[in-house]
Amino acid sequence: MTLLQVRDLTVNFDTADGTVTAVDNISFDLGRGETLGVVGESGSGKSQLVFGITGLLAANGRVTGSARLEGQEILNLPDHKMNRIRMEKIAMIFQDPMTSLNPYLRVSDQMAEVLQHHRGLSKRAAITESVRMLDAVRIPEAKARVTMYPHEFSGGMRQRVMIAMSLLCQPDILIADEPTTALDVTVQAQIMRLLADLQADFGMAIILITHDLGVVAGSCVDTLVMYGGQVMEKGTTEGLFARPTHPYTMGLLKAVPRLDRETAQLETIPGNPPNMMDMPAGCPFVPRCEFADERCWNERPELKRAEGFKTRTRACHRSLEELA
Amino acid sequence: MTNISLNPQQPKTAAMAERMAEVSGRSLWADARTRFLRNKAAMVSLVVLILVALFAFFGQYLTPWDNETIDWNVLGNTKELGRPSLANGHYFGFGESGRDLYSRVVQGTQISLMVGVVGAAIAVIVGTIYGAVAGFVGGRVDSAMMRFVDIAMSIPYMFVLILLLVVFGRSIVMLFVGIGLTAWLDMSRIVRGQTLSIKNKEYIEAAVATGVPTFTIIRRHIVPNLLGVVAVYATLLVPSMILTESFISFLGLGVQEPLTSWGALISEGVKTMNYGMLWQLFFPLTFFVITIFAFFFIGDGLRDALDPKDR
Amino acid sequence: MFSFVARRIAVAIPTLLVLLVISFLLMQTAPGGPFTSEKPLPAQVLANIEAKYGLNDPMWKQFTNYITGIVTAFDFGPSYRYKDRTVNDIIAQGFPVTLTYGTISFIVAVFVGGLLGIAAAIKHNSWLDYIAVGITIGAQVLPNFVMAPILLLIFTLWLGWLPGGGWNGGQWNYLIMPVIALSTSYMASIARLTRSSMLEVLRSNFIRTARAKGLPNRVIIWRHALKPSILPVVSYLGPAFVGMVTGSFIIDSIFSTGGIGFFYVNAAFNRDYAVMMGLTILLGTMTIAFNMVVDILYAWIDPKIRL
Repeated sequence: MTLLQVRDLTVNFDTADGTVTAVDNISFDLGRGETLGVVGESGSGKSQLVFGITGLLAANGRVTGSARLEGQEILNLPDHKMNRIRMEKIAMIFQDPMTSLNPYLRVSDQMAEVLQHHRGLSKRAAITESVRMLDAVRIPEAKARVTMYPHEFSGGMRQRVMIAMSLLCQPDILIADEPTTALDVTVQAQIMRLLADLQADFGMAIILITHDLGVVAGSCVDTLVMYGGQVMEKGTTEGLFARPTHPYTMGLLKAVPRLDRETAQLETIPGNPPNMMDMPAGCPFVPRCEFADERCWNERPELKRAEGFKTRTRACHRSLEELA
Repeated sequence: MTNISLNPQQPKTAAMAERMAEVSGRSLWADARTRFLRNKAAMVSLVVLILVALFAFFGQYLTPWDNETIDWNVLGNTKELGRPSLANGHYFGFGESGRDLYSRVVQGTQISLMVGVVGAAIAVIVGTIYGAVAGFVGGRVDSAMMRFVDIAMSIPYMFVLILLLVVFGRSIVMLFVGIGLTAWLDMSRIVRGQTLSIKNKEYIEAAVATGVPTFTIIRRHIVPNLLGVVAVYATLLVPSMILTESFISFLGLGVQEPLTSWGALISEGVKTMNYGMLWQLFFPLTFFVITIFAFFFIGDGLRDALDPKDR
Repeated sequence: MFSFVARRIAVAIPTLLVLLVISFLLMQTAPGGPFTSEKPLPAQVLANIEAKYGLNDPMWKQFTNYITGIVTAFDFGPSYRYKDRTVNDIIAQGFPVTLTYGTISFIVAVFVGGLLGIAAAIKHNSWLDYIAVGITIGAQVLPNFVMAPILLLIFTLWLGWLPGGGWNGGQWNYLIMPVIALSTSYMASIARLTRSSMLEVLRSNFIRTARAKGLPNRVIIWRHALKPSILPVVSYLGPAFVGMVTGSFIIDSIFSTGGIGFFYVNAAFNRDYAVMMGLTILLGTMTIAFNMVVDILYAWIDPKIRL
């Protein structure tokens, strides 16, 4: 059985200016120990997708569709039931380690409460366990530093604390929401390396959310490319890089700086990320797409298997030949 | 066209063009104005405030009675003869001392508003200059200036104010000086903080680096960015000035006869409340409360309008 | 911790000195001494009195004598107006009263306001929230000198439920109106502050983390959100304290509770400088000390401030 099966997941927000659809009919599967990359610009709905699954949406957000964890529906579970899934089955780490830890509580308290609450450990035992986990994420002198406050750690160390905390209950799934965006480049590499090692040790599946294709390339089996709350293209990471079939993916790949090719200037995708308040009737990417025609503006492309591929799906009206 | 070279400045459709025009055409201030105009509480308050101001300026022309003449027939039996009456033109009735309450309230409104506005103006001018200088000059000057503010702020100023009034006589000028002296401290802190944060913004660095003259930087970048904060704070300062003045005048230490203010009138109303002359409390109290309300709502509206992240 | 407290005291002492010097100088420059009354005293009598009170000494000597008296013997000197009473007598009579209803009011304001604010934030956009917001907005324009007469009107004149004034040894029914009148506007401010800071904290990333950890709501609120939410309230406690001290002037004058506010205002009318000065120093010192305690409390709560 697939570990996590998501079908037609949609997230809406009620705002003063009307309803905004942040995530639009997304489906995917995640197997045990697998890694799924979710790629998109800011505002593409990739974070809201996972917040929707874990029930962490803002108060004005609503999620519909289905998400089954080992066959059990977890969307819109009441809080007390969802709280048993959070951390025990699905743990999360976030983009900004500076603000994701409570600045007013010691790291020991923040970590220990997880085990006290979910595992019923005593505080002392919970702290011992926490120190072991801090060792596992390679925080030097973990025993001495566990009683410090978050602001006494550097950004990279704080993200390690977050990771250690999220693995305390050995979850089946770790959702990493832009885990390296706020960090220095060298630290980014260390954290990604650490995540890969931990995955080998603990065997959890990872959903890696990022805007950085480089991060996906290094660590994910499958990748899902999102734009304006919708899936543009989905396939194996390797295949996606070798032969993108969607204008947006093509644009993204061109925008990755490469050392192995000589280019006069860095390519960008012109235009701005979509305005969620005012989406085109057709494909969300259409205002920025060089291949767009009348149909693209008016009719939404379905996510279909790409011709000549086994597992690749894409949402585009134009045929592969037209894009070549 | 081998790569994606669509120029975002050339919208493909009319709908796009419209949206782009809308996005680029809305300045910060226009945006703020729209938000403010949409705020019902603030708009109602603005109308109320204008009415109160009109009452203060022109209210006297609507009555034949002045605020000084004592009606000796009424005095001593105010409870029976001094009731509010449209028939005899004493709309708000009589005050305790046999004078027309309507004219007294007009006079009190004038003085309370004046104390509020002038007091706030003094505080805003002194505080803004002090804070902007401290923030802009920075360094040792800044820390010395701010240390002084720290110390001045931790002195319980109400005592000093009362001492001033007792020692130099209870006059309206002294009241202005006393209130103005203390109210600028907060303002200076706020302005300094704002100046510091603006000063460190990239666009100021850019302006300095490209050789824009200091005065132009102050005029084009610093002042407009300070304006919002100052406007919000000034609007909230007026009611707090009025409150302070009313407090002092209520105790009898502020505005002195024959002048009067809301605080003094409320105080008179409280004294005669026991005898059932409730109108003497009701009218000044109503004016006081709705005006303070109006200022608070306008201040809140301005803050929401100018600082959308706060919503 | 020690060095922080030491530094904080190092700021408090000059502040206190400034207050002392300002009030002393103001008293000295006052036109007409305490004994220039409507009925001029014979020159000889005046001279005797002034000698008795040490008014002929040079200014610095008067100042140091005065301060020494306070520091060594807690002696604020005699009243200039009441022949046989010292400032100490007045303090002894009025202070317990003010302290009683002041402390109760302060506690009421902090706890009722804080809980109201927290409840409103937790139940954001519910009827409870709207009621709380309504109360806080309404109470903003009801300072003590407006609140007190309205209470008096309703509960004494109309309903006849509560005594209209007096102290009666601090019996509960004599306390109700002074406490409500004094605490309402501060309660409202504290509720508003708590609500808005709690709302902001509840939207912050670390609360999202706490939710992602599967913690129950009560743990999230009391353990994770409370501390950061009350920080702005803690810094408001200083101004609230000052406001309540001066607010007691109004309470004493409307409810005839006989606290020090009554004596202070009386002294202001009678130009009884000794009493004014004594009470200013006493209340001023309390205020400055209280502000210091609040600052230390703040630093103690916020781990980012190094103690």
